[in-house]
Amino acid sequence: MNSMAARRRHPATLVVMLLLGLLATGAIYAAVDSGTSAQAADQKWSETQVETGKKLFAEGCSSCHGLGGQGSSIAPTLIGAGSAAVDFQVSTGRMPLAAPGSQAPVKGVIYSQAEIDAMAAWVASLAPGPAVPSDAMLDTSKADLAMGGELFRTNCAQCHSFAGKGGALSDGTAAPTLMNATPRQIYTAMVTGPASMPVFSNATLTIEDKQSIIKWISSLQANDNPGGLSLSRLGPVTEGLFVWVIGLGALIIVAIWIGVKAK
Amino acid sequence: MSDIATPGTTADEHGHDLGDLELPNGRPAPAPLPHEPRRADVDPKAARRAERQVSTMFIVASLLVLAFLAAYIGIDKNVVIALPVIGTMSASNLALGLTLGLALFLIGAGAIHWAKKLMPDIEVVQERHILESSPTDREEAISVFQAGATESGFGSRKIIRRSLITSLVLLPLPLVIILRDMWVTPSDSPSPNELLSETIWTEGERIVTDGSYRPIRPEDIPVGGLVNVVPASLEKVEEAEGTLNARAKAASILVRMTPAEIRSQQGGSAEEPWDVQGILAFSKICTHVGCPISLYQQRTHQLLCPCHQSTFDLADSAKVVFGPAARRMPQLPITVDSEGYLVARSDFQEHVGPSFWEQGAS
Repeated sequence: MNSMAARRRHPATLVVMLLLGLLATGAIYAAVDSGTSAQAADQKWSETQVETGKKLFAEGCSSCHGLGGQGSSIAPTLIGAGSAAVDFQVSTGRMPLAAPGSQAPVKGVIYSQAEIDAMAAWVASLAPGPAVPSDAMLDTSKADLAMGGELFRTNCAQCHSFAGKGGALSDGTAAPTLMNATPRQIYTAMVTGPASMPVFSNATLTIEDKQSIIKWISSLQANDNPGGLSLSRLGPVTEGLFVWVIGLGALIIVAIWIGVKAK
Repeated sequence: MSDIATPGTTADEHGHDLGDLELPNGRPAPAPLPHEPRRADVDPKAARRAERQVSTMFIVASLLVLAFLAAYIGIDKNVVIALPVIGTMSASNLALGLTLGLALFLIGAGAIHWAKKLMPDIEVVQERHILESSPTDREEAISVFQAGATESGFGSRKIIRRSLITSLVLLPLPLVIILRDMWVTPSDSPSPNELLSETIWTEGERIVTDGSYRPIRPEDIPVGGLVNVVPASLEKVEEAEGTLNARAKAASILVRMTPAEIRSQQGGSAEEPWDVQGILAFSKICTHVGCPISLYQQRTHQLLCPCHQSTFDLADSAKVVFGPAARRMPQLPITVDSEGYLVARSDFQEHVGPSFWEQGAS
């Protein structure tokens, strides 16, 4: 301990520490910068991935979307849909669709991530479209949580509710809960606008904005819920129902017990 | 107990005389139900058991109060536990609520159990007195009042009486004048109609993203896209005014659809269209009661208000297709400036927000 303390007071210590600090800052900056500067370009897909994807698509998707992904009377065209749309729809289990309806339900995922990547590669090869994000684009360590909250309340909360639990829309459609959404799915949903959801392009809601929103949703997901029974956080409807049925019911039972004559 | 019993009438087994009661309509009161003794009344064992039950509730309540204190001191407030059905919750909240709640409940339940099982359960007739005062009291009160009226001279001094009545008649006038000013405004200040007709959107005002205040080019919005927008000058106006009034009126949304999908718009000509290549701007404030709405469903082009489910078809002049709203959502005419950014052509041509009394009056 004493020798350490002595060395700490050496006149050269300050210079050495400054140099080390500058070096570390530079190294971290270089690492992070190289990651984010490549954000616009689509991931490089290999020839084999495109070939595998084409086969998987022909087996699982072409009956509705057509062999060339051109779409049909019951399914939209995938030309220009981009790899992000494939990644979102298949990785959440929305596609392949079990039966046509007002909205594709979330169900079990039947493809592996490698297979999803292959199909995404093939759809991306048809025409340019929204691309799946790189890991650096989903890095929220530098994102602004408070800004994310503000952007979430402005752009997302109207449909997905302030707590991110989702909500009803019209004609049998609904905004899904965000509690199980991965950062990648949140990103791909914003850039592709699945089903009723509008598209939030990277020009009006930048990558940084999206990272902030992802960070905010992640903080909602990690919320410890100290109050216990959240009643889906749907607000006055479930809370009112709970109080009128459970609360008032308990009061009536107690009132009956007070009023009944003892034997 | 009952002091209106007359001799020779029935009495219950406790010796209480119930009398020949009469109802106000002259009919005899129904006979009371036969009294059935409780188990605790006839069986000393049952009485002791009831006593034990009551005291147990009170003892458990005491222990729970002590447990509350222990939990308050002992349980770290950040500890979270998982429960079936309820999910995760704070251990401290759970322990404090359960101990204090159960303690309160057991004290009350014990008291009621005590009353029901052990306290006397005989039927008692409660007598009610007539509310009217006695004739002497009433005469006394009237004479005091009349003496006061004579001595004060309220009857004889006409000038005092009339001036008092005049001042009391005039007293409500300030209220009438104050209320009148709610809808009649002085000529030098803007009327509610003017205040609510104008927003800070003007010709050439840049359209910027809400929250991040970035200007927008048409190519930034893909088909099916939605952008929540405000005027570029909003930040400065809000700073100067110190209120959110400007935001409440100017908040808008941009949506983009393919031009072929637009069936009608609220204005514009072929030379000066109100849209930019299928990008339409609408007020974000619902015309029903003013909820901010941006629930744009891009497949149907419908805008849904979460408050009362008013639905507007943005592809067809934002007409009301469902719900309680009476007016369409006002459209903001837009164009692009020399630098290629989206700007407003003018202010809204219709009132934004909910309808109001003087709407349309000048």
